[in-house]
Amino acid sequence: MTDILVVAELYEGKNRKTTLSAVAFARQVAEATSGAFDILSIGEGANAAAQELAGFGARKILETEIAGGYVAENLAATVAGAAKGYGVVVAAGTAYGKDLLSRAAGKLAAGVAPDISAVRVDGGELVYTRPMYAGNVIATMKVTTPIQFVTVRQTDFEAAAASGGSSPIEKFAAQADEVAKRLRFGSLESVKSERPELTEADVIVAGGRALKSEDNFKNVIDPLADALGAAVGASRAACDAGYVAADLQIGQTGKLVAPKLYLAIGISGAIQHLAGMKGSKVIVAINKDKEAPIAQVADYFFVADLFDAVPALTEAVKKLATAG
Amino acid sequence: MKILVPIKRVADPNNANKVKVAPDGSSVTSEGLEWKLNPFDEWSLEAALRLTENAADKSRVGEVVLVSIGPSDATQTIRQGLAMGAERAIRVEGDDAQLDAWQVANVLAAVAKKEEPDLIVMGKQVVDGDSNVVPQYVAELLGWPALNYAQLLKLSADGKTIAAQRELDTGVETLEVDGPAVITCADRILHPQAVKNGVTPDDFAYPVAEGGRYASLKGIMQAKKKPIAEMSMADLGVDAAASVQYIAFELPPARSGNTVFVESVDELVQKLHTDAKVL
Ligand SMILES: Cc1cc2nc3c(=O)[nH]c(=O)nc-3n(C[C@H](O)[C@H](O)[C@H](O)COP(=O)(O)OP(=O)(O)OC[C@H]3O[C@@H](n4cnc5c(N)ncnc54)[C@H](O)[C@@H]3O)c2cc1C
Ligand SMILES: Nc1ncnc2c1ncn2[C@@H]1O[C@H](COP(=O)(O)O)[C@@H](O)[C@H]1O
Repeated sequence: MTDILVVAELYEGKNRKTTLSAVAFARQVAEATSGAFDILSIGEGANAAAQELAGFGARKILETEIAGGYVAENLAATVAGAAKGYGVVVAAGTAYGKDLLSRAAGKLAAGVAPDISAVRVDGGELVYTRPMYAGNVIATMKVTTPIQFVTVRQTDFEAAAASGGSSPIEKFAAQADEVAKRLRFGSLESVKSERPELTEADVIVAGGRALKSEDNFKNVIDPLADALGAAVGASRAACDAGYVAADLQIGQTGKLVAPKLYLAIGISGAIQHLAGMKGSKVIVAINKDKEAPIAQVADYFFVADLFDAVPALTEAVKKLATAG
Repeated sequence: MKILVPIKRVADPNNANKVKVAPDGSSVTSEGLEWKLNPFDEWSLEAALRLTENAADKSRVGEVVLVSIGPSDATQTIRQGLAMGAERAIRVEGDDAQLDAWQVANVLAAVAKKEEPDLIVMGKQVVDGDSNVVPQYVAELLGWPALNYAQLLKLSADGKTIAAQRELDTGVETLEVDGPAVITCADRILHPQAVKNGVTPDDFAYPVAEGGRYASLKGIMQAKKKPIAEMSMADLGVDAAASVQYIAFELPPARSGNTVFVESVDELVQKLHTDAKVL
């Protein structure tokens, strides 16, 4: 029997969908070991966020309201305190999840299985699968400490659906941490967009260095994304050059995505980029160079100048949509 | 300002698709691949060097100490870091392929207690293990704040406080941290103006780069003479047990299917619509 604690990820007082990937993991492990899972809703807006999570089958929801923006040091002592008595503590493998869980694990000298893609129970023990070497090696591993900390890949643990019911919500007292005084949160600047979020989108239009400017990115990539109802993503080169915000970077350093359709436009397909998107179902490349390494993973490859091809594609997609 | 920079060697990351696993799945073999400095460590070393220099007159105003846990072979990678400009290094004897994050963190924390640096600037992850766990462990073991994923660092005049920006999944966070602290860096730390130390003129712009600085010939020559202290984990009084156990390794399944080269936009749309059924 393994009891699991899910650490919810809050943003602007609401749950991010990432939390539901961690819930999916928790359900799977609870079921396989006849255990139960609880959820810790922690941070600013924890109370409202706890209500949002009441219908997912948790035994109970712990709620700790902590004011101020995100810094792990503000939350980690409480997470570690709440973790006692559980076999596994889990969050999504986002910047938030990795930063916070490793810090909390450190307080308990607990082992971490980071960014796992699968879990199974073998002889009563949890065995994790995780990609390494930018996705070029798949490892199986265990955590050998009494409490195990785990972060899960959103691309491999599909967001749990609501299961009905209403989990009871309990307050859990925040635990102070001296070290938190040494960080002062200022602000969190987010680029707001009407488009779907990158990690949740069914279709992604990603642009690379070949776009050459922020304006080109807006004039060429955005209209195609809008015609497809897609999210916009980018390579590191495009983010570094400031064509788009850094949080649109896909790859080993950026976000992991696995949409139904991924269009790589003017992206060469470096190993570090492939690491973030090769789980996509259908991959389309538009590139002048038919030898570009993106060909290793592309299902469809249009050898063309993107400045001709993409506007034409945008028109064709619109026409298809009106033809219904 | 004294900065400790933990570094690790990795099999050439640009050829990560050429690593193999032993036939019995017990280990990863990177034979035939060159050892490189973990790129994230290289970027952090670049940030540490920028924090401790006057870039305008190319003089050093602080000290960067490298630390690597690895076998004697790892010395070659340490020399690369010294050639970039670090003043000296420490090698702690250990099997870098076997030690886990908890053990590595305990060693790094022990070295930090001995060296008492103002900052530890390190990679957010090693690109072989792709963990992103060690920095937070180290910070916790030392009771220091951890500033993960920095894209901008600005040192206060007294060198004790850092005004920073860091990259989260939801945007860019602005915050202030009192040292000593652990810092890890995001890609954007290599921006021409991402690091300000109050010594290098504020309007100074480094050249655009995708990695850390190249070692000059002079740097390479000098690196040969820079000291590398060697010690064991026992010397440091570290005896941490492993917290995870790797059982087996395999190569990922190849993506099925061949690439279909299309000749026109119409053909692409038609194929996505009728064959792939994604439009
Ligand atoms: C540790 C580390 C981590 C990294 N993490 C990431 C990461 O998370 N994500 C990431 O993306 N990268 C990452 N990188 C960088 C990566 O190695 C590549 O440098 C980067 O992905 C290249 O971006 P790009 O494909 O846009 O640019 P390029 O490699 O320059 O490719 C541009 C492509 O556009 C094509 N092209 C040019 N003009 C046109 C045109 N008019 N029409 C059509 N095609 C055209 C070219 O043929 C070329 O294939 C990382 C690197 C390191 C070392
Ligand atoms: N063997 C090692 N020696 C020195 N530093 C290391 C070692 N392993 C990891 N590190 C440091 O810890 C960082 C994060 O590693 P990880 O959490 O394992 O992904 C790396 O980027 C290095 O700065």
